[in-house]
Amino acid sequence: MCKTVPMDANVAEIDATDLQTKELNDLLREMMLSGIKKVNIRNVCGQRYIGTRLYTPERLTMDIDIFGTPGNDLAAFLFGHKITVHGNAQDGVGNTMDAGEVVVFGRAGDILGFSMRGGEIYVRDNCGYRTALHMKEYDNKRPVLVIGGRAQDFLGEYMAGGIVIILDLQGLTHQSNFIGTGMHGGVIYLRGSVNSNQVGNQVAVSPIDESDRSVLDHYVSRFLERFPEVGKNKDEIMNHSFVRLTPKSKRPYNKLYTY
Amino acid sequence: MKSFVFPEFQIIRDEEKCGQCRGCERQCAFGTHTYDPVADRLVSDDYKCVGCQRCVVFCPKDAIVVRPSPSYYRPNASWSREKLEDLKKQAETGGVILTGSGNDKPFCIYWDHIVLNASQVTNPSIDPLREPMELRTFLGAKPDVMDITFKDHEVKINTKLSPNIMVETPILFSAMSYGAISYNAFRALAMAARKSGTFFNTGEGGLPREMREEFGKYAIAQVASGRYGIDAEYLNCAAAIEIKVGQGAKPGIGGHLPGEKVSATVARTRMIPQGTDAISPAPHHDIYSIEDLSMLITALKEATNYEKPISVKIAAVHNFAAIASGIVRAGADIIAIDGLRGGTGAAPKVIRDNVGIPIELAISSLDRRLRGEGIRNRCSIIAAGGIRCSADVIKAIALGADAVYIGSAALIAMGCTLCQKCYTDKCNWGICTQDPRLSGRLNTDIASQRLSNLIAAWSHEIAEMLGGMGINALESLRGNRDHLRGVGLHEWELDVLGIKGAGE
Repeated sequence: MCKTVPMDANVAEIDATDLQTKELNDLLREMMLSGIKKVNIRNVCGQRYIGTRLYTPERLTMDIDIFGTPGNDLAAFLFGHKITVHGNAQDGVGNTMDAGEVVVFGRAGDILGFSMRGGEIYVRDNCGYRTALHMKEYDNKRPVLVIGGRAQDFLGEYMAGGIVIILDLQGLTHQSNFIGTGMHGGVIYLRGSVNSNQVGNQVAVSPIDESDRSVLDHYVSRFLERFPEVGKNKDEIMNHSFVRLTPKSKRPYNKLYTY
Repeated sequence: MKSFVFPEFQIIRDEEKCGQCRGCERQCAFGTHTYDPVADRLVSDDYKCVGCQRCVVFCPKDAIVVRPSPSYYRPNASWSREKLEDLKKQAETGGVILTGSGNDKPFCIYWDHIVLNASQVTNPSIDPLREPMELRTFLGAKPDVMDITFKDHEVKINTKLSPNIMVETPILFSAMSYGAISYNAFRALAMAARKSGTFFNTGEGGLPREMREEFGKYAIAQVASGRYGIDAEYLNCAAAIEIKVGQGAKPGIGGHLPGEKVSATVARTRMIPQGTDAISPAPHHDIYSIEDLSMLITALKEATNYEKPISVKIAAVHNFAAIASGIVRAGADIIAIDGLRGGTGAAPKVIRDNVGIPIELAISSLDRRLRGEGIRNRCSIIAAGGIRCSADVIKAIALGADAVYIGSAALIAMGCTLCQKCYTDKCNWGICTQDPRLSGRLNTDIASQRLSNLIAAWSHEIAEMLGGMGINALESLRGNRDHLRGVGLHEWELDVLGIKGAGE
């Protein structure tokens, strides 16, 4: 029932039509350990945790192209692999991700990039609720999340680090609420504007400066490299207003207690 | 604003004995003792004293006594001194009262109302000094049915077994994170776990990289709502993984390691910037249901190639047994339950002292619930929160636990006096602080020796008590409530505990 076709020593194809989650992930692990560097998975339909069981102490990495719709927790705890989804993704993409890259040619569901600490995620269209919740950074690890469309409520809640860029390429304006509630690190860039009632008390909204512009320039370029089909060039995207959301304090709750 | 709260402790110095060595001054991080060079004498400020007894123990002349302040308000059964003072503090600051350690209120301690059995004449007792006593315990899911074949004197197990971890004695060190406790205290727990054939729990602060290879196999790696210090390497180096949903000292609320305690090395281990508050949200925001929990359990099994048991730790609250049943069905291999008296490095006092149920009742109702549903074999139970001695351990096991976690008891073994100031970063005993001047006071070799001594002593006592009951394997005592009787308990309490009254 394991339908796999090794294309050559380094590339393999999997037909996931009849594969359960565990069977698919068994296969992926086996392939990585046997030295395969790239896998195309066809007919993916809801299989979860793709990319999660690919940790080795030697830090082997693999490129995975998914055709179809992967299930929840895609790339959870991801440790350096590159995953491309040709389709939509469901909830929990990049949960506690450490390193690597996820590219979604479509939309992503809720809790995208939850507690993510490293690596990059690019989503062409929209994403769901609680995106980048408690995303964090340290040392030289700084996670990046770029969304072509818009995010829903609770974007960047408890955010403690990293960069989130919401491009709203359709110009539909940001409708989400409770953005950055409890935020105490990192930065969110929104293309367009946001009303003060949409952001949490702990968030400072300010216009972008030159250093912000160079960060945005860099990641918008990378976004467009991955999604040329959005049909916009960089200048079109950048010649637009942006706002920057940062925490007012690294210690939002330090006045709460008495001894 | 002038504070209307008077000192909690009174310091009495015997001037005849005091040699003005200024040891007490150096020992106290709270600045209680100062030297007056003009008078050539030490002076003490009762207001600063937290009653940790460090200066008392280390005074070379035994010149200091620290005792609760004899000052009191007019006695009032409703308005205790603590109630009055907490209220005054809040009126002065507008803050939530923070505290450390476990619930210190006089709720019924059921351990002290349960007595153990012993053999007399029939079913003779066993002498553990001469007979082998089996305390070894396996933690993890057990199969519903074991398919075994015997062939040519070989035993073959055909059933695929779930991963289990083995402890030589049913006592594990409870979750105490590096960050909440000092590096030396954390390392001492790891060293003692290795020496005693048991496990320590990393808490939610990660496992320092340099400890992973040496101590990973004695570690239970915790995954909490803040997801601090978690990467695939951390998960894979450990013996087991624990998802922390709740904690007995603060059920239903998150954690908050203040920025003062987030030093450079704590920050690196937690994988967050230095000096920032480490906020653990109240729920895991990727878990809003049993189905979501099942997803995280499976994600962790996937991340560790199905090689490690997954524990889920919850606080014992009113309807927890039904939730625990869901947790087992969600795929957990171990359930850790933490009762009303579980400790903490920092919790709002109002939560610590008022939320949750006693662990004794919780163990019993959980064990009964899972047996009733026919799924008790699918998980092990680790009980935590208020285990003070080996008798508590053996009673917990007879009520239905597989093993216990000890937190406060382990800290006390290292020197803690339960002064409850863990959140101040000024622990004079070097346990609950990140100040290198203070944490350096805790010698890891000595502290780990004290811990392994404690485990050895309790294990001997457990073997003695087992032998006295005529039992030579802990397995035979598990859930064996016939060996327990209640004294001074109401009918409903006996019912919940599933034990008879003494004399019955």
